[in-house]
Amino acid sequence: MSEVRAAVERCVVDGMLSWSDQLTTAQTFGVSVAYIEAVALERGILPARYQRNRNMLNCRDQLCLFSSHVAVVGCGGLGGYIIEELARLGIGHLTVIDPDIFEEHNLNRQLLSTPADLGLDKVAVAVRRVAEINPAVTVTPVVKALSRRNGCGLLAGAQVVVDGLDNIETRLELSEVCDTLELPLVHGAIAGWYGHVTTQMPGDKSLHTLYGRKCHQKGVEGSLGNPSFTPSLIASVQVAEVTKILLNYGEPLRHRLFTIDLLDMECVETPL
Amino acid sequence: MMNITVKLFANFRVGRFKEAQRNYPKQTLCRLVLQELYITEEELGVLMVNSRHANLDQELKDGDTVSIFPLVGGG
Repeated sequence: MSEVRAAVERCVVDGMLSWSDQLTTAQTFGVSVAYIEAVALERGILPARYQRNRNMLNCRDQLCLFSSHVAVVGCGGLGGYIIEELARLGIGHLTVIDPDIFEEHNLNRQLLSTPADLGLDKVAVAVRRVAEINPAVTVTPVVKALSRRNGCGLLAGAQVVVDGLDNIETRLELSEVCDTLELPLVHGAIAGWYGHVTTQMPGDKSLHTLYGRKCHQKGVEGSLGNPSFTPSLIASVQVAEVTKILLNYGEPLRHRLFTIDLLDMECVETPL
Repeated sequence: MMNITVKLFANFRVGRFKEAQRNYPKQTLCRLVLQELYITEEELGVLMVNSRHANLDQELKDGDTVSIFPLVGGG
């Protein structure tokens, strides 16, 4: 496809490829916008949509993210924001997993929920949303509950897994599956004004330390509920962790539980 | 008697305190600290003594710091 490469290069302005040229080139050659994005990034050409990333993520980083596959388990409060941010960041392949439909009580906080979409599969809405905001991202939808029985199959091929679940029992199963597959797991959980994040690398057993004795219990979110602002905050910390893991940047929250209290505006780190 | 620093986090502070020095008899277990504060085992997430994970049956020593976090599991 040297013709495609040449066509992409002809469109370059200031080292970048505009979205309209990306789309037109894809249509002209009958290929996907994802294919054009890969061609551009491999040649050091940045799709212009990522230009505000440029001073912190170079073109090679952007290619690494585009070549990555991240699984998001749970598409509710945390998951909706996680999916949105990963798609805008330019992660090339997302697997999104959730067995549920949108219900009215989701509307106060779940980014992907709208009154018009009540009753629809959360995963189907996630696929539609990603296609709207970044059509170069491939999404594998899974309308199933993850368990230790099906987890290895559902997460196969992912490089990082992000926890957007809403219960401790499934989280412990997810942790086991990630350990079996030797995958990093970025865990987040919320309740009211409070939330926490930790990154579990294979063998760390951090979630077992955190929740091991609490397998069948519900956290204080049962009584506190969840407002609109806590999920977006914790989800953003999780996405920063995913980015760091994929690019091998910075210090991930390994063996550390990063707890945020928005009522007293305190961040506390405890060892895990 | 022993002097113990008790630190509470998140909603455990509501109607209680953020940090307090409290006196307990020698050989007091962590379990008693929670009972005195009306914090149930079901609500408990992370329990630490001197920044190390602890269980409810851990015996406290004079000067210890006990940190108590609620169980947070929503998403």
